[in-house]
Amino acid sequence: MGQTATVLGGHTKSAESPETMYTGSEILLRCLIEEQVEILFGYPGGSVLPIYDSLYQGELRHMLARHEQGAIHAADGYARATGNPGVVIATSGPGATNLVTGIATAKMDSIPMVCITGNVPQQLMGTDAFQEADIMGITMPIVKHSYLVTDVRDLPRIVKEAFHIASTGRPGPVLIDIPKDVANAKDKFHYPEAVSIRGYQPTSNPHPLQLARLRKEIAEAKKPVILAGGGVVISGAEKELMEFAEQAQIPVITTLMGLGGFPGKHPLWLGMPGMHGTYAANHALLETDLLIGIGARFDDRVTMGRPDIFATKAKIVHIDIDPAEIGKNVDTFIPIVGDVKKVLQGAVNDDLLRSDCADWIDKVQGWYKSYPLQYQDSEEILKPQWVIRHLYETTGGDAIVTTDVGQHQMWVAQYFQFAQPRSLITSGGLGTMGFGFPAALGAQLGKQERTVISVIGDGGFQMTNQELAIASSANIPVKVVIINNQNLGMVRQWQEVFYKKRYCDVDLSGSPDFVKLTEAYGVKAWRATTKEEAIHAWAEALAHPGPAIVDFWVAPEENVFPMVAPGKGLDEMIMGDEEE
Amino acid sequence: MRHVLSVLVNDQPRVLARVTTLLGPRNFNIESISVGESEVEGLSRMVIVTHGDEWAMEQVQKQLYKLVDVIKVNDLSDHPAVERELLLIKVGAGPTTRMEISGVVEPFRASVVDVGPNSMMVQATGERAKLDVLIELLRPYGIKEIARTGVTALSRSMAHASV
Ligand SMILES: Cc1ncc(C[n+]2csc(CCOP(=O)(O)OP(=O)(O)O)c2C)c(N)n1
Repeated sequence: MGQTATVLGGHTKSAESPETMYTGSEILLRCLIEEQVEILFGYPGGSVLPIYDSLYQGELRHMLARHEQGAIHAADGYARATGNPGVVIATSGPGATNLVTGIATAKMDSIPMVCITGNVPQQLMGTDAFQEADIMGITMPIVKHSYLVTDVRDLPRIVKEAFHIASTGRPGPVLIDIPKDVANAKDKFHYPEAVSIRGYQPTSNPHPLQLARLRKEIAEAKKPVILAGGGVVISGAEKELMEFAEQAQIPVITTLMGLGGFPGKHPLWLGMPGMHGTYAANHALLETDLLIGIGARFDDRVTMGRPDIFATKAKIVHIDIDPAEIGKNVDTFIPIVGDVKKVLQGAVNDDLLRSDCADWIDKVQGWYKSYPLQYQDSEEILKPQWVIRHLYETTGGDAIVTTDVGQHQMWVAQYFQFAQPRSLITSGGLGTMGFGFPAALGAQLGKQERTVISVIGDGGFQMTNQELAIASSANIPVKVVIINNQNLGMVRQWQEVFYKKRYCDVDLSGSPDFVKLTEAYGVKAWRATTKEEAIHAWAEALAHPGPAIVDFWVAPEENVFPMVAPGKGLDEMIMGDEEE
Repeated sequence: MRHVLSVLVNDQPRVLARVTTLLGPRNFNIESISVGESEVEGLSRMVIVTHGDEWAMEQVQKQLYKLVDVIKVNDLSDHPAVERELLLIKVGAGPTTRMEISGVVEPFRASVVDVGPNSMMVQATGERAKLDVLIELLRPYGIKEIARTGVTALSRSMAHASV
């Protein structure tokens, strides 16, 4: 049977005509090819056997992860690095539920993804059949949209719509649930050329009146500041942002998701704001009289959950493609709904008056210089911040860096000065541990020519390190930097600062020897405990043509500073633990 | 403040679940939801009665618009509108009280739609407050069962705004 099917598959391919009949899974594959998908990430199982059977021909590259969570984070990393939708496939039931964290991660950071799940045949749906889970219901709050395909004839339209919805407007994950009988049913293949979805028309062009108001406010402002977020990166508006900031002479703060959207070396840049932000960024927010939020959503890591005491002296301008973001977290003086790139193109024109604020720029640049990010270096023990600086200097900043979640994530944000967008890949919204390493694999597959570094904690690495198998089998030359502090560092820091050092379940003893673990997968690994070893090991890892890991043993009790406690004002920054 | 939202949605499986899922984590107190066909083929009208300040209502409307299956959202509280609900209520009624109950419901333009040996069923339509009053008046006879549809509503035509 299997043989016949293969021959038949080969046969139909050469005899393609509008009358040729295909199975649902063959149609799915053709749709993905039409969408110019280059690579799929996934994991097979009973309900997706027809789909995997149609992959047998090898027309589309598929990466076999070792856990569906690894697959979906890899697809997400691919999407973040390239800007194209990431595609993941999982089977029904446990396969589908293993995607949940990855879907929520993508949703929170507005990442275009198409997630394909198999489901049990329709006649078994609702009977608690083997490996049945209501994945549509389970994922409802965390998808941008979802489809259950009940008829093979709907499949091409649904796939077309799914890619359209995932990648336009404010991007996000779209789920397509395909029962096994639909994957097996037959139909002709015709891919629709256009989509029209009643009820889905994202606004991309800004209202000219609001733009005029913005120009007027800029002309009158004495202390303007731009807060640029992930929307700048998603919209590909880095050039427009630079022009806008330079022409109007307005200092720029970038959120975690906005890092790289404005060059970290630019004289107008003040760093990242919020909980672990720079003095200059936070104080600029405290004093500004005109705050221009661009593709940033004023979340509680920036406002500290205290909109009542956030930027109280400022009129707030909020530019975002999602109208629901405007006015959600902070009161807005000028709302501008539209694609950030188009809004900035519209704003930058001849009558954009330059703000009259040379004194202000002197002041904020003075803060930036007088209160730089600082740490106590050591010759005895490696400091994590030094390691990140070293990565930065040895790559000239020209790398894609993925992070996991925790202290190392903040140190990357602070000490790696990103020059280009899509260079920092991090789970900012959901804060998903286990994201960083598989995301790096996906990013590298999408951007073969770039150096991709996965900076990760010894805790988070153990959540998805099984994906070393793909790094090894597909020889994906990602460089993994383990910031090994033998602790769940960020949790330990909070227990130190907020719970009087009552350390509880943050000690990671029992963790494997990461060098041996890595080598067991056939991947090269080094360990570094001193600066000398670090320099040496990193140089070798970087020069190695394949995947490589360096396990940096760093000071276990190092903390991330500056720090603002949740619920406090941005003026209450703890600059460091000087007393020690 | 009380608001009546009229939401045009695609007549699709799960559309009600999508809407309620969206309102859930935003702590929206829903007084009632009713769904039925609309004048446009393929679209249903969902009427949601809820309470919230201006900020919350603006948020919820914007969030609703983010659902692909939501076509249009109107806050009927902004304009004159007709609101109606259907009530079915079964009350204890023996031979001695039947007439009395009929007398009670009459001013409400309600009607008796079923009579049993020990009970009778009354049907009433109207605004929610009116139905609440009717229920209170019937309570002494012993309420056996109640079913209410929740509010449905349409905005009034402008010419008749004062009717
Ligand atoms: C899946 C998940 N579980 C729990 C957390 C809570 N959390 C945030 S940071 C952190 C510690 C991370 O430790 P490690 O990976 O070693 O990184 P470090 O902070 O030491 O750099 C934890 C447990 C999370 N963000 N994600």
